[in-house]
Amino acid sequence: MIRRAVGALDQRTGGGSVLAKTLRYVFPDHWTFLFGEIALYSFLILVATGIYLTLFFEPSSTQVVYHGSYAPLQGQEMSKAYASAVELSFDVRAGLLIRQVHHWAALVFLAAIVVHLMRIFFTGAYRKPRDVNYYVGLTMLVLAVVEGYAGYSLLDDLLSGMGLAIGNAVALSIPFVGGQLGTLIWDGRFPGGEAFFSRLFIAHVLIFPVLIGSLMALHLTLIAIPKHTQFRGRGRSEANVVGTPLWPGYALRSLGLLFCVAAVLFALGGLVQINPIWQWGPYEPYLGTNGAQPDWYLGWLIGALRLMPHFDLVIGSYTVIPNPFWGGVLFPAVVFGFLYAWPAIERRRTGDRAQHNLLDRPRDNPRRTAIGAALFTWVATIFFAGAADRAFVQLGVPYEAQLWGYRAASILLPIAVYFLTRRICERLREGEGHPGRGSGARVLARNREGGFEQIGAGGPTGVTPADRGN
Amino acid sequence: MIRRLLAPAAAAELLIAALLGLAGLAGLGFVAVYAFAGGDTQLLGVALALALGLLGAALLIASRTVFKQRQAEEERPDFALPGDGTEATAEAATTTPADGVDDASVTLRAGVEGVTRRRLLGAAAGAAGAGVGAAALTPIASLGPRVGKLLGESPWHDGTALVEENGLPVRAEELEVGSFLTAFAEGADKRELAAAVIVVRVEESELELPSERRDWAPLGLLAFSKICTHAQCAVSLFRYPLFAERSPGPALVCPCHYSTFDVLKGGERVFGPAVRALPQLPLRIEAGRLIAAGELSGAVGASWGGVREES
Repeated sequence: MIRRAVGALDQRTGGGSVLAKTLRYVFPDHWTFLFGEIALYSFLILVATGIYLTLFFEPSSTQVVYHGSYAPLQGQEMSKAYASAVELSFDVRAGLLIRQVHHWAALVFLAAIVVHLMRIFFTGAYRKPRDVNYYVGLTMLVLAVVEGYAGYSLLDDLLSGMGLAIGNAVALSIPFVGGQLGTLIWDGRFPGGEAFFSRLFIAHVLIFPVLIGSLMALHLTLIAIPKHTQFRGRGRSEANVVGTPLWPGYALRSLGLLFCVAAVLFALGGLVQINPIWQWGPYEPYLGTNGAQPDWYLGWLIGALRLMPHFDLVIGSYTVIPNPFWGGVLFPAVVFGFLYAWPAIERRRTGDRAQHNLLDRPRDNPRRTAIGAALFTWVATIFFAGAADRAFVQLGVPYEAQLWGYRAASILLPIAVYFLTRRICERLREGEGHPGRGSGARVLARNREGGFEQIGAGGPTGVTPADRGN
Repeated sequence: MIRRLLAPAAAAELLIAALLGLAGLAGLGFVAVYAFAGGDTQLLGVALALALGLLGAALLIASRTVFKQRQAEEERPDFALPGDGTEATAEAATTTPADGVDDASVTLRAGVEGVTRRRLLGAAAGAAGAGVGAAALTPIASLGPRVGKLLGESPWHDGTALVEENGLPVRAEELEVGSFLTAFAEGADKRELAAAVIVVRVEESELELPSERRDWAPLGLLAFSKICTHAQCAVSLFRYPLFAERSPGPALVCPCHYSTFDVLKGGERVFGPAVRALPQLPLRIEAGRLIAAGELSGAVGASWGGVREES
């Protein structure tokens, strides 16, 4: 039956052989390969829940009076955007579930991409011929961060309004074009003109999703053409791929993962409250609240804005580069610029221009691993600095002292982590040179007399357990 | 004249270069009409049509003269079922990737062989690309109003009354020492960035205002823009010392990045990433009501490339 259907299709499109090839496509088995799939499946959930939300949400800053079922906001003036989001949460059956699943899925989507990126970086999977695909992936990460920000900014609650105020200040801070850019995007001065919310909406539901979706298709194609990478192992070489074929083994497993991801997201959406916008209240430019925090994937930027010393670049009596530029534009530009440039930097430094289909383990390339760990530490330290105000409220550590501590840590920790990681990787590698696999064991052989004697020294490097102890 | 001196192909190249150059000019014409001729619809349409049409004409002429049109043959893919004897030929017809690369570069080179003045054509194509590209990007400028004085607009003038959120006038006796409230310029849109001010009251004897602001704070009442000069969140925290000897002095704090402004010194920044002082509004009291005695002392909101830095 299936054979007949495939045959019929094949005689008309020539697709049969492609289909057969696809079904035979081999996926190497390793648990770290799942992060990309989790990101892909979170995106599917985001699109599905997002389409549902657009059926109820009204992206308009027109002021209305709330008459929904949430009593504390009864009779209050607010924008249509906020009112429709509150109504969606209280008066649409399953509305709150879908909205919370959408928010959770966004958090998981970004987290999965970041972990996936770390896997790609630390195993050297970005090397030729996959460097182009690495750039595609990085671009998707940038787009996903902007997409997430646009998403939670749409609701026009107090938190999202404060986020937009900062976003507008960051846009204004770009040298020379900032003033124009800020007023162009916002359709006037902050909080923006009539057109702003419909622009933000179309960016969130059409422009960015289509860009991300297209890049995702390109990403998957560029994975399939040179086929998957794999770790070294018996029977695995640069020339082959060893793993589970798509059909039936891998497809069912991956579909299983899809439903598990969906299950976790719906469980979170149903059971764990997220972004209770009715508690924040509607946004007005003259309102603010203490303890405001963005979604996690913007934590590194609020940290950078808070850590940056008060410094503007001033020429004469005019501000050329205002302060938000350093943390809001320059910092992410340096981080992503480094990540984009890395494959080329490594090629130039090592002179290695060969094709690589076998992955390194992090220890196989101590310097790369150390650089990656240092970069991650730098970003993570600044990320945690963004939560210093919470640590002040919860633990009572003075905010000023924390700020200076984080400033020092953001410079010293990456350096320390670099040397520590390198040392650990080198130690692990040394241990492995020995047949005893890092235990410091010696190979003994029985001699003619019935006794035992050691073959060779303690290992290729001559390390003995006593040496190892210090 | 040209025809007699140059080979026919060279004449065609000059024509193509001219067309490309004109396409670029027409594109710039579109930008000029957009910027200076008030965006006249008919002129805009004609300019863009000219730019695109000239570009198209140049490419068509190039395809007929400089790059030769040749007929080629390509194998059709075989959709027959596997195992009916046609596979072998299909296998043989496929070329290795390396061959394919060579083929492509040969084809490319053969096409360019006829071009003797590559540089001229390249420059012309660049001009056309720049002009048409500029024309394509220009409409983005319609997204928002031009900055102009927009970012500096403020509803505060000498004589503007301070009102509360419900529109009632702010009276001086409402505020005790150590308390604060949010007020707005009477008649202004409350959502306007510069409309909101935060009014605080401190002991008049503690004030350390600069000499030119000495009469801006009657009875120890001070008003500051409510929008932080760092990233324009609302400065909604007022820190007032409970025990003056040990606590830091009265200050306004922004909850977004904790920029802190000294109230006694006229909004001077004492902590956090903000650089500019919080703009102060001079006050006077008329029949118990708070009235602005002038304009705000600086630009409201985040700094940008046109803002003046005051001490």
